[in-house]
Amino acid sequence: MSINYDERIPNNVDLSSDKRLLKALEHWQPAFLDWWGDVGPQVFKGNEIYLRTAISTDPGGWSQFGHVRMPDYRWGIFLASPEANRVIPGGDHAGQPVWQEVPGEHRNALKRIIVVQADTEPASVEQQAYLASTAPSLYDARNLFQVNVEEGRHLWAMVYLLHAHFGRDGREEADALLQRRSGNADSPRILDAFNQPCTDWLTFFAFTTFTDRDGKYQLGSLAESAFDPLSRTCRFMLTEEAHHMFVGETGIERILERTVELGRLSKNGDVRELGGIDFPTIQKWVNHWYTYSLDLFGAEVSTNAADYFAAGIKGRWQEATKHTEHSALNAFKNVPHVENGRLVDRDIPLRNAMNEELREEYIADCDRVVKKWNAALERMDSELRISLPDRRFHRRQGLYAGIPFNPAGEMITDAEFEAKRAEWLPTDADRAYVQSLMKPVHQAGQMANWIAAPKRGINRQPVEYEYVRTDG
Amino acid sequence: MAEYDYPPVDFETHPSRYKHWRLEVEGAVATLTMQVRDDGGLWPGRYELKLNSYDLGVDVELNDAITRLRWEHPGVHAVVVTGGYDKVFCAGANIRMLGMAPHAFKVNFCKYTNETRGMIEESSEEAGQVFIAALNGTASGGGYELALACDKILLIDDGNAAVSLPEVPLLGVLPGTGGLTRLTDKRKVRRDVADVFCTKAEGFRAKDAKRMRLIDQSYPRSRWAEGVAAFAAGVAAAQPQKKGEPVILPALQRTEHKGGWSTPLVKVQVEGRVASLWLKGPSAGPARAADTWGLQIWRELEDALLRLRLNHLDVGLLLLRSEGDAAAVLAHDAWLEAGLAAGEDFFFAELRRLQTRVLRKLDNMAKSMFTLIEAGHCFAGSLFEIALASDRAYMFQDDDGENSIQLSDVNFGKLPMFAGCSRLALRYPGEPELVTKLQGCIGEAISAEDAMGEWGLVTAALDDVDYDDEVRIAIEERSSLSPDALTGMEQNLRFGGAETCETKIYGRLTAWQNWIFQRPNAVGDRGALSLYGHPERPVFDFRRT
Repeated sequence: MSINYDERIPNNVDLSSDKRLLKALEHWQPAFLDWWGDVGPQVFKGNEIYLRTAISTDPGGWSQFGHVRMPDYRWGIFLASPEANRVIPGGDHAGQPVWQEVPGEHRNALKRIIVVQADTEPASVEQQAYLASTAPSLYDARNLFQVNVEEGRHLWAMVYLLHAHFGRDGREEADALLQRRSGNADSPRILDAFNQPCTDWLTFFAFTTFTDRDGKYQLGSLAESAFDPLSRTCRFMLTEEAHHMFVGETGIERILERTVELGRLSKNGDVRELGGIDFPTIQKWVNHWYTYSLDLFGAEVSTNAADYFAAGIKGRWQEATKHTEHSALNAFKNVPHVENGRLVDRDIPLRNAMNEELREEYIADCDRVVKKWNAALERMDSELRISLPDRRFHRRQGLYAGIPFNPAGEMITDAEFEAKRAEWLPTDADRAYVQSLMKPVHQAGQMANWIAAPKRGINRQPVEYEYVRTDG
Repeated sequence: MAEYDYPPVDFETHPSRYKHWRLEVEGAVATLTMQVRDDGGLWPGRYELKLNSYDLGVDVELNDAITRLRWEHPGVHAVVVTGGYDKVFCAGANIRMLGMAPHAFKVNFCKYTNETRGMIEESSEEAGQVFIAALNGTASGGGYELALACDKILLIDDGNAAVSLPEVPLLGVLPGTGGLTRLTDKRKVRRDVADVFCTKAEGFRAKDAKRMRLIDQSYPRSRWAEGVAAFAAGVAAAQPQKKGEPVILPALQRTEHKGGWSTPLVKVQVEGRVASLWLKGPSAGPARAADTWGLQIWRELEDALLRLRLNHLDVGLLLLRSEGDAAAVLAHDAWLEAGLAAGEDFFFAELRRLQTRVLRKLDNMAKSMFTLIEAGHCFAGSLFEIALASDRAYMFQDDDGENSIQLSDVNFGKLPMFAGCSRLALRYPGEPELVTKLQGCIGEAISAEDAMGEWGLVTAALDDVDYDDEVRIAIEERSSLSPDALTGMEQNLRFGGAETCETKIYGRLTAWQNWIFQRPNAVGDRGALSLYGHPERPVFDFRRT
């Protein structure tokens, strides 16, 4: 489908034929630009950045590169191409035609799900607003901005759904998305993980590796929705989300590489002495952000999850292709519960355990990432290995919230946990140290001391390419 | 789902034993913080009290706290009810618990929680302790109904917290704790606005909620604590000061015996479907103390009624008897009247409210009640209200006319029913002049013959030839009738006359709820309540009655 660039809002949804919707979005657009200016990236605001812009959803055609000032970025509305004769993948209505309009009985639930997902998009932009001021390279600054503009576009995509399908309520929710603020005491973002500021790059890389990956799985479950416009929106967002995780995964890998190098340069193996990030600190950041992200999947046993699956509002990860039985009735999942200080097996109806199902897909994906990092360490002849803590370690939501487990998944006492806390999780001193390393490197091709250069640049450009035009 | 044969419920507790509430008093403001222990349910291991949801045990503590605030903390003029967890105030009654509870338990659970909510309103409106709901997070279902019972509702404005009544859309039942009635009658919400609110599961957040009259005030998170404190201080300062020293309520001294139990002034004996209650008259003159007869007997009777309701579902008929000195009862009544007239000490007003409340509990029993007025009884004045509350009264007629009853001032509007009128006034819908005439008989002994023939104060006066047999037959006949039909019939006959918010809640709302609680659309295999929390979705029979 071609895109009409004469329109103020690039799209592949034939916006010009729906005057009411077009008007609503044109009304929302200035508010979005104000929001971007107020709380979006506050560094290199007017500089030209080498960014990828979606101009089409065709395979290979959605990445056009060029220098653009961020406020001029063309945020548009793109849905994946419609699939002919698509049927509802799972739940009570599996096999029936998908919905092109929202059924009244599911309107509120769908709206809530879209709002919660949408809220994370501007939230992460806000969390990272000042991060570019300490970018370890212009290459990294550009990657950060790419993530930011795409989060902005994902917000656009969700706002389109709210405007197009949810009437006045939807418009009000769309406005509210620009009014909440990450970390604001009075009107915080909906989910906790999105209210912590991101002021160092180790956090940014851990966040994009682990927390954006939660987004991938949430979008994946919504891609299986019976509500076809939501499914198509999420399918296209997934292609963009992959880049965010690439930024995180390669970022951590480059830090690991530099840490190994510095370890070898140091006489006593003290990486910090040479201004690097020592291995235990990296592991602690992994522990923190991985477990925070596990919380985002919701309660292990959930009535809402069962309702959403039954209604077809959400599906399992790759419901249509990965599963053959789509009702998920008469099936159970073992979800260990803590009873009298012990873990006890409990069979939970599968539908009620859908959050845990999705969490397991996520855990498997994180395992794959960690294996990749460890393979890189092995190639460097390093003995060091990153590991993922157990899913019950350091949880604040769900069945295991507040119950002390060690990273191996064994239940311990509060005292034992507290005694080890500083070994397992970032301390204030760790955060202060990492923060102390955050000094900007804004010359093309240069890297901060604590991170290795990437193997290659963006879009086959060299690493020293001018990803950010610092001359204005 | 199989019904759970639950263990007996104990209605007595003390702040030192609370599992779910914290009661803190600071000057004229008390704070009641609800922090429900999810493993602290009445039926251990059967359900978890997640998200500050409540069961009967949680409400027993709330009821105790409200009661003790009245007696033990007369200096408190404002009571802030808030939640102890972040982001959620209270999610209402626990659905898993309701799902497994026998029907009769569900109904009695709702009745108890309704009576507790009624007490909150009484605190605000009559006892000078104004309740303020400080909703620090979402209040849904019974959580919002708890707020509705408070005089003022404050909601945190954090972009998330909402008030909602999701019973209809999520559970296929009604808000069972007065929510619908209080929306329209108390908060004066327009009916179509209320309709939208009650069918939108997620409810409304601060801005909309205020516009719709669902809340009174909101504060952003950063000014929440300060805003609530200032609001409560303002409310407290506007209340008149009370006089009188606190009265500490001691635990009831109860001994269990075969087939029943006894407290010092009330004995209960259960035989099959009949429970006999003996009330003992005063053995000493009145005194301003927790153990004075006029206070003690109503506390004991209240406890007995609650235990009969919840722990003796099979009992269908209460036989109420008394023994003691009628003159001593009237002396206690007169002493209370004099104390009220002096208007100084809160003790007297509180005592009158206790009597009124327990009598209303009697009106609300889903059991038949016969009062047996036999030789040596002391049904006079306040105690005679028990006979007036009963469905029937049988009086023994002796040859000398010595078995008599006496009315006092209190029978003429001092102990009003929920509808606001006296039991005597409601007794004679066709002969209102009888009430005026009866006022002339205050202090006179009314014989059994007159009580029945002239005044209609008792159902039957029977001499020693007939009494035992007639009473036995009446009991046996009553015990044989359909318990459901009897409950319905009695409630219709007991509550003639005008309606109030309370009569609507206990009558219309409860009746419809009971019907819905029995219907397959709620409790059938595919009913909404049965399937809540389960993987399947409900299937409704869409035919309307």
